[in-house]
Amino acid sequence: MFYRECGNFKDNYASDMAIFPIPLDRYGFIVMLILALIVIPLTATDYWISSIMIPFYCFALSAFGLNILAGYAGQISIGHAAFMAVGAYASLILYGRYGIPLLPSILGGGIVSAAVGTFFGLPALRIKGFYLAISTLASQFIIQWVIVHWRWVSGGVFGTVEAPDMQIFGWALDTPVRKYYLVLCIMILLITFGKNLVRGQLGRNWMAIRDIDYAAEIIGVNLYRDKLIAFAVSTFYAGIAGSLITFCYYGAANIEEFHVMVSFALIGMIIIGGLGTILGSFLGAGFFVLLPIAINQSLGAFMDVVPSDILSNIEAIIFGGLIVLFLIVEPYGMARLWHTIKDKMRLWPFPY
Amino acid sequence: MTFFFEVLINGLLMGIMYSLVALGFALIYKASDVFNMAQGAMSLLAGLALVGFLEMSFPLWLALLCTVGIMIILAYSTVFFVLKPLVNRPPLMLFMATFGIMYLLEGIGQSIWGTDAKGLNIGIPEISFEIRGILMNTFDLTFAGVAALLVASLVWFFQKTRTGRALRAVSDDHEAALSVGIPLLKAWAVTWVIAGIVATVAGVAWGSRLGVQFSLGYIAFKALPVLIIGGIDSIPGAIIAGLIVGAGETLAEVFIGPYVGGGIQTFFPYLIALLVLYFKPYGLFGKEIIERV
Amino acid sequence: MNEEKEPILRAENISITFGGLKALDRVSLEINPGEIMAIIGPNGAGKTTMLNIINGFYKPDEGRIIFEGKERPKKMKPNLIAAQGIARTFQNLALFTGMSTLGNIMVGRTMLMHSNIFSQALYWRFSQKEEIEHRAAVERIIDFLQIENIRRTPASMLPYGLRKRVELARALAAEPKLLLLDEPMAGMNLEEKEDIARFVLDANEELGYTIALIEHDMGVVMDICDRIVVLDFGEKIAEGTPDEIKADPKVIKAYLGTAGG
Repeated sequence: MFYRECGNFKDNYASDMAIFPIPLDRYGFIVMLILALIVIPLTATDYWISSIMIPFYCFALSAFGLNILAGYAGQISIGHAAFMAVGAYASLILYGRYGIPLLPSILGGGIVSAAVGTFFGLPALRIKGFYLAISTLASQFIIQWVIVHWRWVSGGVFGTVEAPDMQIFGWALDTPVRKYYLVLCIMILLITFGKNLVRGQLGRNWMAIRDIDYAAEIIGVNLYRDKLIAFAVSTFYAGIAGSLITFCYYGAANIEEFHVMVSFALIGMIIIGGLGTILGSFLGAGFFVLLPIAINQSLGAFMDVVPSDILSNIEAIIFGGLIVLFLIVEPYGMARLWHTIKDKMRLWPFPY
Repeated sequence: MTFFFEVLINGLLMGIMYSLVALGFALIYKASDVFNMAQGAMSLLAGLALVGFLEMSFPLWLALLCTVGIMIILAYSTVFFVLKPLVNRPPLMLFMATFGIMYLLEGIGQSIWGTDAKGLNIGIPEISFEIRGILMNTFDLTFAGVAALLVASLVWFFQKTRTGRALRAVSDDHEAALSVGIPLLKAWAVTWVIAGIVATVAGVAWGSRLGVQFSLGYIAFKALPVLIIGGIDSIPGAIIAGLIVGAGETLAEVFIGPYVGGGIQTFFPYLIALLVLYFKPYGLFGKEIIERV
Repeated sequence: MNEEKEPILRAENISITFGGLKALDRVSLEINPGEIMAIIGPNGAGKTTMLNIINGFYKPDEGRIIFEGKERPKKMKPNLIAAQGIARTFQNLALFTGMSTLGNIMVGRTMLMHSNIFSQALYWRFSQKEEIEHRAAVERIIDFLQIENIRRTPASMLPYGLRKRVELARALAAEPKLLLLDEPMAGMNLEEKEDIARFVLDANEELGYTIALIEHDMGVVMDICDRIVVLDFGEKIAEGTPDEIKADPKVIKAYLGTAGG
């Protein structure tokens, strides 16, 4: 079987506008789904599931949210981790303090985050470019301060809230595999919605704003509305991701986990993975989660215990080096590399 | 009232330091349209290097000289290995590239000189004294003096010297500058060297106050609101906005802080910035971008 | 065509100043339904500025715009003006380079699509039906302009002539009541110019669009336009049919004055 567009005719627009118009892509996607839904939970160790796959999915979700804002709508935010914090604290308070069921609590975390995000997106109506980028840092510092200093939010000192045990309809989510399924299902659902958004009219409006904002407005795109929607959707994803990672991985909401360096790392993820692609969000997040483990493993061959400072330094060097390298060599990230390979496959074995 | 002035003056002294860091950003932005997120990391690197050389029992002047040497190497390698391949890419890409540089500098600096917090003492005494009932100390005054001197000499350099004028020409229009024979990359390198020296002074000043450690890189976050208040491409803007922010946040911390739980210094500058940008979207002195169809 | 018709757009006494320079000085013009009108004039005469005012990108210092019999509020946003039915192309190409030809043209229909964000996220029923309907409409425009083969090409990889054509397609996709074309043939060779001229005529005659265009090529303008307005240094110096304009001494002077030095 070849990877081909031809011989594969579409007789209506619906199939031409499908997410994967080429059959082999569709099969590949199904294989990935089976892998994620069945093979990994059955075969992977608890360590892999709870310490690698769960944070990977959560960061991918958050990176996708940032990608909507930066990669599609062209409005960069350098305070994105703060919205993960908003989602985390909001859902914990809803679930733990007010006894609202788990799934509505997580959704609530996303909605609160989206509301806060829309508020901090308001400057985008008047300012743009670097001025906007820096003013998004305001969200990071203001949210951090509110969480640490308002006792109502953090419920105590140091801004830490423990995550209570999770239950859905009386069914306890206590094993890594069960948590994994929770994260995976929500993630798949949200990514599907996101894919529909970015390939639909809203996504096209966003890209128009990103490419030439004044032309978009003259053509009839409602700049203000669509920019704010981009902030809302993007921070909604961040909020859900923050809530999931707190419930299923950290076990407690701690403001240190949503530090400004996490915001920077999210930007790094979407650059390395690929701006404006969904695949890129996953590749970038996967890279970010796996990098320290890979370094640890390879250094482990030389020494028994790898000191954490050396680990984090090497991590920073590789992460930074790759950001620069990708921007120079392949500005559209790993996702573009993948597309280049696919383009070659389309012509294989007769490239000329 | 005396207390108010004491707070105000200390805030202004702090503000001069903010101006200095913001100036590093503004210089690079003016010359190469690059918004350099690595500015804070450059200060960290300078601080680490200086402590490192002092620990090797270099005399202070030699250690400073070697640190500046490192900043020069850094400037040239940034320009030739990172910026040169990225010429003519959209500003957003260059901006993101500086994120990469930031990670690189932090990683490399801490690999060489370690991650522990270190004290930095370059022998400036910290003696408190009073003038007309206003409490001040020599350390703050000294560094405010150095910063003011540096700011003044930079303004002089850009207004009066031949190189400075060439750099200004580059910042106004890259292609026009090239066409009259100003080598672009060399001009950029010079700008990055200057920004590196500014970062060194900032790193030393803040490092001696707070200790040299990872969080030293965060002083950039103080300078960013300063920058957008003043207008990214404006040098006088950076200076005036630095004073506004320094005075504003110190006054706010002392007079408003106790009512809301303190610690508002971290975000108060951003509030000022949002307020200013609401009325002037390009800062107080920034160049307005007029769009044409 | 001699009966008195209410003009679709009337601009009255439009003045605008840029940094002390009067770009337009009390210019009035009318665009009648169903016609192709040209705005001509030497460089810097204020032609593009006039278009920018008509579609609301610039706000005039003085004067008013009446569109379909209603006066336009002073601070109306460009996207609302587009929604009233004014579409345009740009002198210095403004395609969305990150999207394909198809994507660009679909953006042109943004005002005609109404499904909300939740419906779009689910891609369910109404939203899917709407997307398919509009895709079909866009395909008709693609057929009309004969750009089928570049449907999926990223706009950034198109050659100049085709970019202009895609821009025209994007403007047509909005199904405007008034179509503004800013130098649709600038920088093209003869063959490409003829193509565009034919498309403009077809759009006017077959599809019934009202068109106002700016063009420097006098041959084309004289051939395809019903009426011409001549601007010079921000003032209207003549108005009339192509034959009247050709004979107008003021126009000849303005053109020779700049072209001949």
